[in-house]
Amino acid sequence: MNIQAIKVIYKYEMLRAWKTLLQSFASPVISTILYFVVFGSAIGGRIEQVEGVSYGAFIVPGLIMLALLTHSIANASFGIFFPKFTGTIYEILSAPISFIEILIGYVGAAATKSFIIGIVILATAGFFVPLEIAHPVWMLTFLVLTCISFSLFGFIIGLWAVDFEKLQLVPLLVITPLVFLGGSFYTIDMLPPAWQTVTLFNPVVYLISGFRWSFFEVSDVSVWISLGVVSSFLMLCLVTVWWMFKTGYRLKH
Amino acid sequence: MKPIISISHLSKTYAGGFTALNNISLDITEGEILALLGPNGAGKTTLISIICGIVNATSGSVSVAGYDSNKHYRAARALIGLVPQELTLGAFDTVWNTLCFSRGLFGKKSNPAYIEQLLKDLSLWEKKNSLLMTLSGGMKRRVLIGKALSHEPSILFLDEPTAGVDVELRKDMWALVRKLRKSGVTIILTTHYIEEAEEIADRVGIINKGELLVVDDKLALMHKLGKRQLMIDLEQSISLIPESLLDWELELSNKGKSLIYTYDPRNERTGIAELLRAIDVAKLSLRDVNTSQTSLEDIFINLVNQ
Ligand SMILES: Nc1ncnc2c1ncn2[C@@H]1O[C@H](COP(=O)(O)OP(=O)(O)O)[C@@H](O)[C@H]1O
Ligand SMILES: [Mg+2]
Repeated sequence: MNIQAIKVIYKYEMLRAWKTLLQSFASPVISTILYFVVFGSAIGGRIEQVEGVSYGAFIVPGLIMLALLTHSIANASFGIFFPKFTGTIYEILSAPISFIEILIGYVGAAATKSFIIGIVILATAGFFVPLEIAHPVWMLTFLVLTCISFSLFGFIIGLWAVDFEKLQLVPLLVITPLVFLGGSFYTIDMLPPAWQTVTLFNPVVYLISGFRWSFFEVSDVSVWISLGVVSSFLMLCLVTVWWMFKTGYRLKH
Repeated sequence: MKPIISISHLSKTYAGGFTALNNISLDITEGEILALLGPNGAGKTTLISIICGIVNATSGSVSVAGYDSNKHYRAARALIGLVPQELTLGAFDTVWNTLCFSRGLFGKKSNPAYIEQLLKDLSLWEKKNSLLMTLSGGMKRRVLIGKALSHEPSILFLDEPTAGVDVELRKDMWALVRKLRKSGVTIILTTHYIEEAEEIADRVGIINKGELLVVDDKLALMHKLGKRQLMIDLEQSISLIPESLLDWELELSNKGKSLIYTYDPRNERTGIAELLRAIDVAKLSLRDVNTSQTSLEDIFINLVNQ
């Protein structure tokens, strides 16, 4: 195991966030506050309670997930896309380093940053609404699994993208709709029956449902199904990235 | 002596169907400076990229110090430092950090003293905290060399190290290459400047259109392929070479005022003395005589145009 290589990649990626500290950590906090103002106070004032939880608190898990997904993908995809774009990837490719080590370095750093963002948002939310976490271990499990699997997903996008446009494409066209339709701001049974069925094909629904359950014991689907879906997604990403490295897809000619 | 790098029947066909390398076999000896000479598009960079693990070969194999470059890539790559052809560097890192990063990538523990000495050797010490994007082209080239040497490799690849580089840096670079070689580092450089190969290399390989045309000791190569020419300037111009001189297969040049005799210096009898005597007999008066040796450049042009 080339521990030194993992260390320098991880450190390099963490440093990148540090240099743009404001952008990295302050912007998710600001946008979360905005969501609270708009949804929590303005709209939530009229909704009052969802399944026994105040609306302001109800949207917290969804908001955290929204931020985690967006930032994991943006961060990890950029981290590997940029060296590809500038050509400095030659150094990674010619180093005595395995694909597992490259993954641990890049995805580990992206996941760490997302995790910090998640915790920061959680703390920010605590200022606005009283929060109780019914199952802290489940909560952390979902948090960590989400950070890792979506950083991995971002890494795949970064490998796949050949230009900046493609880099933006998937987050914009796929992730944002999935998250907004994933039940961040409502429960599934608030939707018309037809849409409830459609929604069940949205993996983000399971994520948010499980995560929300760990706070309030309120969920759309069983927490075990949520865990299964997230774990399967993680496995799928791992297999994809393994295949990409093995074949040198978009990395080696 | 066992070769430090052994390339065996290496071929590369790119996805588009273009064959950049065609069945290349080559042994590189430990401690030598090998120059790979070839025009643009010959396949030099492709060859280096395969050895270093950046491009996958279509067929054939490479072993580095006995380690197969695919099966035992860790052991093989750890020995190699690569200075790429393009100035590929990040923008927002400092000189110091980027060298430390490279060292770590190759699995070496950090060693500030070594990096400091390296930066000093490369005249980069004052720039250690500068951002890479603020450096001039020449300095970026030095940084790339620094990165390649940061993990103390025993083999160094320099892909067109002097393309677009000023005279001073070029001199520094050759001084460094000689110093590295003294310390036992094997150096493989590519170039399309013939003088460079002639100046610095122990052996020269000539690549064209993906084929290795010849590899040999620089001197042997020049000896083998390098003919000498004797230029004989005459007092009066002539329009025809006298019949008595036909044996020497002379060329008439300089509007009939010069005769050129091409000969092989390795021959026991060069035929020069007889030629001069015959010229005297033919009643041509000599003005001047001089000889010239074919350079690698002539050899190269000859081979490539064959
Ligand atoms: N990624 C690639 N895809 C297709 N063709 C390539 C690629 N890289 C290089 N080539 C082609 O392979 C040939 C050899 O290129 P290269 O190894 O860079 O030559 P050199 O370094 O000797 O100038 C060139 O004709 C080049 O166009
Ligand atoms: Mg080249």
